[in-house]
Amino acid sequence: MGRFHRHADGTEHEHPHDHDHPHDRDHGDHSGYATATERVTVLERIFDENDRIAAANRADLAAAGVFAVNLMSSPGAGKTTLLRETLARLQGKVRIGIVEGDIETSLDADRLAGFGAAVELVNTGNGFGGECHLDAPMVRRALTRLPLDELDLMVVENVGNLVCPAEFDTGEHVRVMVYSVTEGEEKPLKYPVMFRSADLVLVNKVDLLPHLDVDLALFEANLRRVNPSVPTIEVSARTGLGVDDWCGWLLERATGSAALPGSR
Amino acid sequence: MHELSLCGAIADITTRRAEGRPVGVIHLKVGALRQVVPDSLLFCWTMLTEGTDLDGSVLDLDRVPARLSCRSCEVDFPLPDPPAFACPQCLGLNVVVVAGEEFDITALEFAPA
Repeated sequence: MGRFHRHADGTEHEHPHDHDHPHDRDHGDHSGYATATERVTVLERIFDENDRIAAANRADLAAAGVFAVNLMSSPGAGKTTLLRETLARLQGKVRIGIVEGDIETSLDADRLAGFGAAVELVNTGNGFGGECHLDAPMVRRALTRLPLDELDLMVVENVGNLVCPAEFDTGEHVRVMVYSVTEGEEKPLKYPVMFRSADLVLVNKVDLLPHLDVDLALFEANLRRVNPSVPTIEVSARTGLGVDDWCGWLLERATGSAALPGSR
Repeated sequence: MHELSLCGAIADITTRRAEGRPVGVIHLKVGALRQVVPDSLLFCWTMLTEGTDLDGSVLDLDRVPARLSCRSCEVDFPLPDPPAFACPQCLGLNVVVVAGEEFDITALEFAPA
């Protein structure tokens, strides 16, 4: 166990911390901190507030009979194009709400208009360049604007990013990742937390495979190292290959009679 | 770069627990699987707390390496690099994360009044 310090003068160091002792006293005055301090043990999970709101979202969605998907990927993997194709196929079969996360623009939300889905845009700009993810409070605000009782399926299109969205439960029932074959085989090993949290991985842009050197078998092997049992579906949002399979996967869950996780 | 939102959550909890007392050091336990960049967290903390009651307080990070446990062999082992969520002994996939997902405030030190 390492211990990482930054002192008031800006210097940092790390020292081994494998000895066993109670953590109720200071480490002497080498730390530069004032020694006559009162130390109080607290045990608080920093994600607690987010996770409580996520549980409330999940319960509200379950009560309204809405199956919720958190759709995540790197930027440019094809989430919006795939979602557009998905809406075109599911229009009239299932009632869909979209929560569209984007740092600044409404470009993606605009591309999803015209398919009968209710689209709620969540701009994550916060004055510091924008949040890199959607969290449970942001999705909660969007939920209040969506007609939940009139929906069967809600898709949260997260901000394109392979790190931060994995950390924040938004209240979804499943997490679906879009991985595109142009991203290289090592992505699961570089972003294990995100790939491990996925309940389904859509392997997108497979129409490009003849033009690429990518080794899909190696990608699959790397994916299995971090998430041994996750199913995958090969798709091409451009040609439509596999999109019906993906829509079938969604439809089965959005219209399933089984109680949704999170039901009270 | 979600460290800014994390700092916001840390500040909320700390302010609530401090009940008006001046905070010197905030001790955190940060698991390796939490994808927190220490430098980013410390930078965001300084930026976020400037001019607030928490101005001048310091984050102390205790980093916890990721460990897995095989349910079949009942053996603990560190997560290898590159990562593989399988038992090195039986090669089975029935493994659980037993450490490395922590992200907690463990203690607060209050400056002398």
